[in-house]
Amino acid sequence: MRLEINNMRVFYGKIEAIKGISVVVNEGEIVTLIGANGAGKTTTLKTISGLRKISEGSIIFDGQDISNLSAHERVEIGISQVPEGRGIFPGMTVLENLEIGKYFRKNRASEMAEDIERVYTLFPRLKERTSQAGGTLSGGEQQMLAIGRGLMARPKVLLLDEPSMGLAPMMIQNIFNIITEINKSGTTILLVEQNAQQALQRAHRAYVLETGKVVKEAKASDLLNDPAVRAAYLGTGANNPG
Amino acid sequence: MNFAVVGSQFFPLLINGLALGFIYVLVSVGYTMVYGVLRLINFANSEIFMLGTFATSIVSTTVFKFNIDSHPSHGMKLLLVLLCCLLASMVTSAVVAVLVELIAYRRLRTKGANRLGSLISAIGTSIVLSEGVRILTHSIPVASPRVLSKFYVFKIHGVGLRIDQMLTIVFGFILFFAVDRFVTKTRLGKAIRAVSMSEENSRLMGINLNRVISLTFLIGGLVTGAAAFMYMTVYEQTVFNVGFNIGIAAFTAAVLGGIGNLRGAFYGGLALGLAEEFFSVLLGSQWKEITVFVVLVLVLLLRPNGLFGEAVQQTRV
Repeated sequence: MRLEINNMRVFYGKIEAIKGISVVVNEGEIVTLIGANGAGKTTTLKTISGLRKISEGSIIFDGQDISNLSAHERVEIGISQVPEGRGIFPGMTVLENLEIGKYFRKNRASEMAEDIERVYTLFPRLKERTSQAGGTLSGGEQQMLAIGRGLMARPKVLLLDEPSMGLAPMMIQNIFNIITEINKSGTTILLVEQNAQQALQRAHRAYVLETGKVVKEAKASDLLNDPAVRAAYLGTGANNPG
Repeated sequence: MNFAVVGSQFFPLLINGLALGFIYVLVSVGYTMVYGVLRLINFANSEIFMLGTFATSIVSTTVFKFNIDSHPSHGMKLLLVLLCCLLASMVTSAVVAVLVELIAYRRLRTKGANRLGSLISAIGTSIVLSEGVRILTHSIPVASPRVLSKFYVFKIHGVGLRIDQMLTIVFGFILFFAVDRFVTKTRLGKAIRAVSMSEENSRLMGINLNRVISLTFLIGGLVTGAAAFMYMTVYEQTVFNVGFNIGIAAFTAAVLGGIGNLRGAFYGGLALGLAEEFFSVLLGSQWKEITVFVVLVLVLLLRPNGLFGEAVQQTRV
């Protein structure tokens, strides 16, 4: 499994949001895209998951060009996205949210119970809230639900968009621990984060995006110690990397 | 104000109101489901209803050779005729509904046209369909032969329940709850709900958006077609613009209950059917429509999203 984005360009109308970026995610890695607001991180993820149309370049997954597949077909071949702002279905219960995560695998009903159990083991809090409407959960619980729902599709690569957004520091630690755990159990992860400190600590490799371009690509641990990156993205709170 | 009449006529009015109400409920379901997934008022729904009434009429006259002078049917033949008419009406409406989406809305949607574009397309489709039928029928109302003899199922102290009204109420009730269960309990129903909450996030679940939208139009069409059949059994007459009043009423009912919400269509439809019957006796039938809209405006002032307006769906943190 390898996800390869080659010279990808994406336009919103006449505005070029992504100006030819190339990113590679190898099997088993956590790769992170960091960058400021408007750098194109979310657009990149949405184009990989098929919500946005690629204008030029290609997306290769498992050796297959998937640039023209629609979003739901990409889920079927193993790409799941946990959207920014969690995107859970507020009027559905926790259980229904998880069930719909396996929507396309209709012939694999036997997996359902097993995978729900797996998500509940990962997030015991969700099990307690199983019949509660998704919209009534706290932000952290919604994030757990969004990640759990993403795992229901048994993705080969999980795209995570700002999983730490709006969460309390304790919860951020918790979520990142679980991301690491998910990766260790064999799921490749492409992580978009504004919390560069956490993202770089957890990731194997990283790309820095600025206004639609990749300006730096390196091992995550190297970027943690890179003076330019520290100044731009890690701020003053980063005196103690690692 | 004619309270005395309302008092003495309470039960007949109630029964008439419920029968009319269930027709509104089913047509409202057509509006509300489409609105739920597309945030679009499908103005063509009134014509989807109209075509259903014509399908019912055509099957009874051409297939079963009923005419204005024939005697109502009975026994197995009656059952067969009714089932065929119902089926024809539902299938016609459903096919038209799905085609309307394919032809008039889909391309606009996938090309990212603005919402007003779809709205105009909806209005245009509605006009094309009703004017088309006007030309074919030369604007002449079509009286449908009486297939079902309108006997009273029971009668107590002069208050009776007619068979056609009973069928409408019972069948309307069953059909509504069948749709409600489908949407809440089945995998496809959940996909419809997911799309109504978020199109983008549904696609990330592997949901084929176009297919779910077609399915929604299909169900909306089936239910609207059933309503058309019931309308014909009760009122036995149709015309090219029959959908206009029913459509406006059903749309009002959907807004009253909270558009986008199935339960809202149910309560809104019944409330509107009952209100029309009672107000027309209480104030005179010329006041019927005015009072109905006054009630609607008052409800919206107090509850801007309607009685059941997406209270659950909109819950956010």
